[in-house]
Parts: sequence; C-alpha cells; structure tokens
Amino acid sequence: MTENDTIAAGPRADGQPSLLQAEHVQLYFPVKSGGLLGRTTGSVHAVDDVSLSLSEGQTLGIVGESGCGKSTLARCLVRLLEPTEGALRFHGADITHLGRKGLRPFRREAQFVFQDPVSSLNPRKRVGQIVGTPLRLNGMSRGDVSARVRELLERVGLNPEHVNRFPHEFSGGQRQRIGVARALANNPRLIVLDEPVSALDVSIQAQVINLLDDLQDEFGLSYVFIAHGLSVVRHFSDQIAVMYLGKFMEVSPAAELYSKPIHPYTEALLSAMPIPDPRENRARERRVIGGEPPNPILPPPGCRFHTRCPRATEVCKEVEPPLAEYAGGHLAACHHPMNVSPTEISAAVRSPLSPLSAGELMPDGREGAETGPAPR
Amino acid sequence: MNEQLLEIEDLEVTFATEDGLVRAVSGVSFTVSRGETVAIVGESGSGKSVTVMTLMGLTRSPNSRFAGTARLHGEDLIGASEDKLEAIRGKEIAMIFQDPISALSPVQRVGAQIAEQIRAHEKISKAAALERAIELMSRVGIPNARVRARGYPHEFSGGMRQRVMIAMALSLSPSVLIADEPTTALDVTIQAQILDEIRQLSAESNAGVIFVTHDLGVVADIADRVLVMYAGRLVEQGTVDDIFYDPQHPYTWGLLGSVPRVDRDPPRRLPAIPGQPPSLVRPPQGCPFQPRCPHAFDRCRELPPLAPRLPDAGHLDRCWLKPPEKRALRETNGRIGLTEGAAS
Repeated sequence: MTENDTIAAGPRADGQPSLLQAEHVQLYFPVKSGGLLGRTTGSVHAVDDVSLSLSEGQTLGIVGESGCGKSTLARCLVRLLEPTEGALRFHGADITHLGRKGLRPFRREAQFVFQDPVSSLNPRKRVGQIVGTPLRLNGMSRGDVSARVRELLERVGLNPEHVNRFPHEFSGGQRQRIGVARALANNPRLIVLDEPVSALDVSIQAQVINLLDDLQDEFGLSYVFIAHGLSVVRHFSDQIAVMYLGKFMEVSPAAELYSKPIHPYTEALLSAMPIPDPRENRARERRVIGGEPPNPILPPPGCRFHTRCPRATEVCKEVEPPLAEYAGGHLAACHHPMNVSPTEISAAVRSPLSPLSAGELMPDGREGAETGPAPR
Repeated sequence: MNEQLLEIEDLEVTFATEDGLVRAVSGVSFTVSRGETVAIVGESGSGKSVTVMTLMGLTRSPNSRFAGTARLHGEDLIGASEDKLEAIRGKEIAMIFQDPISALSPVQRVGAQIAEQIRAHEKISKAAALERAIELMSRVGIPNARVRARGYPHEFSGGMRQRVMIAMALSLSPSVLIADEPTTALDVTIQAQILDEIRQLSAESNAGVIFVTHDLGVVADIADRVLVMYAGRLVEQGTVDDIFYDPQHPYTWGLLGSVPRVDRDPPRRLPAIPGQPPSLVRPPQGCPFQPRCPHAFDRCRELPPLAPRLPDAGHLDRCWLKPPEKRALRETNGRIGLTEGAAS
C-alpha cells in the first residue's frame, strides 16, 4: 500500500460532484484502567477505516446493529467528533481537524437530527427559541427570525401558532419535526439523520419519512441516514452501506442490496428481518445466524464477521478482505461472496475505498491487481 | 388442544390522574387457548401493555380501578387476593418484559435469581433449584451455563439477558406466557434467535402465549391470532391471515400500509395515518379512530360494537362500513393502506 493511495477529491466516476468524502476515517475511544492513574489499557475501535463519498442530492443509508459504530461515524461526518485518523472533505475542502471557528461555515451547511427527540431539545426553551437559535447565531435580525421560524414550523407540518410552547407539550412525532425544522433553519446542503424514526410509532414514522422525503425533493438536500434495520433505509437511500464492528462490509446501490446481497452478513440481516406478510414469512427459508457481535476492544483478526459467518474458512481468520468492486458499483468485503458468478468475480477490482489494513487477496484467489504487487 | 386457558371479559382499567380519569383499557374481551400464540398489536398508549400487566396484577395501585373478569382455569384474576396472585404469578402465568436489565436484580447472581423463583413455589433444596436453573439456562441457548449462572446481569449482553428472562419464565412450566415487547430492545439477528427460542419452547410446553408488540413483522412471524388495539379498545381481532389479507378496520389498514418493507420496492409515498392518537382522558365520541379516519361518516359518532361482520365468526371488527365497501376502500395500487383524504 502506497501513501498516496487516497481517494481522489473532485468528481466521482459517475460525473456528479462529491459533497462529502471520508477517507480512511478511524475513531478510537481510549479505554482507561479505572485506577488512580487512569492509564489507557486499550481502545474501542468504533470506526475502523471507513471511506465513503456522497454526491449532492443523494442519500447514503448506513445500516448496522448496535455497537457497530454507525452513530459514531455519523457524528464524525458532521464533525461532532474529531477522527483519530483519516480525512474528511466537504466540497473538496479538508475539515478533518478544523477548530470551532474554522468549522463555522461547515456548521451552516451540515446539520444533524438526533434519534431521541426528547433529549435533543432543551426542555426549558420555547420552540421558537430552539428553531430560531441557529438563525440568530447566523446574524439574522429579530423580526426576520420570527418570520422564518413560523415559515419553518409550517413547512414541517406544525402549527406556527405554537412557537411559544415548550417541547414537552408536543408528542414524539411532533418533537422530531421540531428537530427537523431546526436542522433546516440555515438552508443546509447535508443533513445527517441518526435513526430519526426509531423512537416513533409506525403510523407516525410514516408521516416523518414522507416529510423527510418531501424536504429532500424541495431543497435538493443530501442525507446520510443511519438505521439499525434495513426496511426504513430502503425507502430513502440511493446507496446503502452495511457496517459491522467499525467497518463497511458492503456498499451497494439501494435496490441491488435487497435483490442481490453479496456479503453473508447482509444476507443474515435480510433473513433476520421478519416480513409483515405471514404467507411469505412461512414460505421463505430463513437462516438465523448464531452468536453475537464480538468485543470491539479486541476485534477478531481477518474478516470481522468470520466468528459468526456460515461460509467462513481459514483464509477469513487470517486475511482481512478488501472491498471488491463488482459491476454497477456494488462493493463487498468478503472472500466468499454470494450471488455473484465466477465471471463477475474475476471482473471485480479492488476498490480504493478498501481499508488500508485489508489484504490484497481478491475473492477468486488473485491478488488485487490495481495497487500493484502485494507487499509479501 | 382447543382447551381455553384464559378468558378475559369486558376488562376495564382506569387510572385517576391530575388531568382526570385515564381510560387505559375499555371493554376488552378475548380468549387464549392451549398452544396458541395471540399477538396484541397497537401503538404506544393503545393499552396493550396495561391489558397484560393487569392480568399479572401489576397495575394494582391506589389510583387504579378495574372492572370485568379474567379467568384462568375458571378462577378470576382481577378480583383475586394478593396472596392468591402471588401463588399464580410465575407458576401459572409468567411474563417476559421488554427491558431485561430492569427486570433482573443487579446485585444477585443470575442462577440464584432463577432458583429463587423456583423455590418460591416448590419445596426443594437450594442446590436442586440451582441445578434446575442451570439446566434451564442451557435449554434457552446460554452457552457454558454452569459458569454463566454465577454471573451478574450486567455481565450479560442484551440477548443473553432476555434468554435469562425466558429461562426464568419457563422455570415452573406456566400454562400462560406473556411476552411484552420481548425483542424490541434487541438487534434483528438476536431478535430472530429469541423468537425462535420462544416459538420452540411454547410448542414444547403447549403453553398459551400472549405476545405484545408494535412490530407487524414480528406478528406475522409468531402469531396464530391477532388483536388490534387502539385507544384502549380492541378494534379488530382474527387469525393472522385474516388481519394481514382481509383487514376490516381502517386503523388496521393504516398500520399495515405505513410499514416500510424490506422485500418490496418502496412506494413513492408511504400511506401514513394522518393526525395523532386521541387523548384517553377525553376520548372522542363514538368510534375512537373516527377523528383520523378518512372514511368516517355520520354513523361513526356512535361506537360500533366489536362483532363478526363476515361469514367467518372468528373475525371480529369495530367498524360501521360494510365488508364490500371496505374491500373497495382499503386498497390502492394493490397495497393495503389508508388513502389520504379519500372521503373526508
């Protein structure tokens, strides 16, 4: 692996300009011993070398189970957390280590909607203040703020007369709408949504999903949509990344992920999702994978999923598979891919999004040609 | 096989609060037979959890009032004395809660907690009870049970804790098992494991299972019969196929329509249910769903009874519309759902 093996900034292969790019982003949380000296005894590999690229107006869905690092990654992407390693680019400019002041313009353009609409709104502030604060910080005059707040509340389906109410006077779905209104205040380009509907009832979920859909069309927003299940992201995403123990296992155009999962973990997730259709549920063959995700302080060597994978062999325990790029921009990091023919496998190339620590070994046993001879 | 274990009739639960009387459960009647899994579906505040907690006597408090009966093997649970309930709970009816970490004691070893429950109902030695606890733990798929029995709840993962709850619930082979959102806090791959476990164990013990959930995917997976609750009332009940393929109540259509599915291409817009669930202090007059229902008409100001309106006597619903009208109204583009503003 050479040092200049980074993802070229600028337009992607499909010609669309890239809005947000992550290059080999890592985030480790130190684990302290708990003694007086509080020595660092290890680290949690929450995000372990993730690369991605998001174009204007597109939605990237990130799916994974609890503890896979998806929320940490989301917080990194809007720089609520600073990556330990790697680089983040927004409109091509490096924002990885910018300070509070340097981040100001970025803060206007990138917003975050939190999972829990109760704890993400200050209970002592009125809705008008909550939604108006980003506007005031941006130097808008008092009169303009109040008009804009009313407009925003109306846009997200709340009664603009309710500006003087407190968050507790609203239901869960309405509170999530307040969070969305606040995110929209400064006309952002990117909104990162961290499980925005998981805390809501199904009928209310659908209302919020439709709202987010409409807003994206209207303002040409880009979304990063984090979810723990595969059903909600299907509705939104252009691309979906499946994450496991800090790494991307598969990145695929949305529709193809469901019809043709390549990574066994994706297949396991799909198979575990109960379908709200009794007959189809009975008819389909379900493979329930056993075990639980391993400890992220000591992740297993090789492929992270090998401890639970039904297809795992010796090679999976030793060599971390690179992200192989199959036809149509479908990436998967697996030595034993599913649903792909030998021709497709031999046509696959090692993706530059692959983690730096990944081996060169491609699924058919060939060494990844793209990066030249392997170090061994 | 078809022996009726539990018969609930006209159950009412009200709570006195500062805002007024909350009618959490109104006129709920249903039965559970041996070997049958009955799912109660509804959204938060629909009264599904209050219903099952009342069966266990867990909603008794100075500000709660009850009416109606719930007979287990012919004996009423609602009016039963606290001593009587104590003897029934755990032995005859057992419950698995949504959040196992708060349902287990943090300061007692897991094996001892299971053993304690056994010893509360049976006269056996501590050592024998612990032996049984270990056996149960390995039966619900906890590896290395003998060692794990000496662990504390915080040393277990969410899925493993839920297995401990299941082991505890099954320790005395209850005839009714109540599971209140047992997989909501778990990841999908773990959820699939736990559902398999519950299914297998209820088949082995031939117990009746009441499964409370808001997840229609889980319902389709595990239920034989389904009760749909809204604002404290049953609005529809039938077999799992009745509810999914021939739903009669507009609220059920709305629920089915608003679920995004993994196995289908998404529709352009999800058919959402407009509005908010009603207040239980001042419930709307007549049909509780009428303020949100696009198909409501004059007669809906009068509460429809829960009655069979189809030739099939087991399929009950609470809606004034006639079955042929419903069939015409409930589908758009081959999908069941509420059509926005169709008749309003």
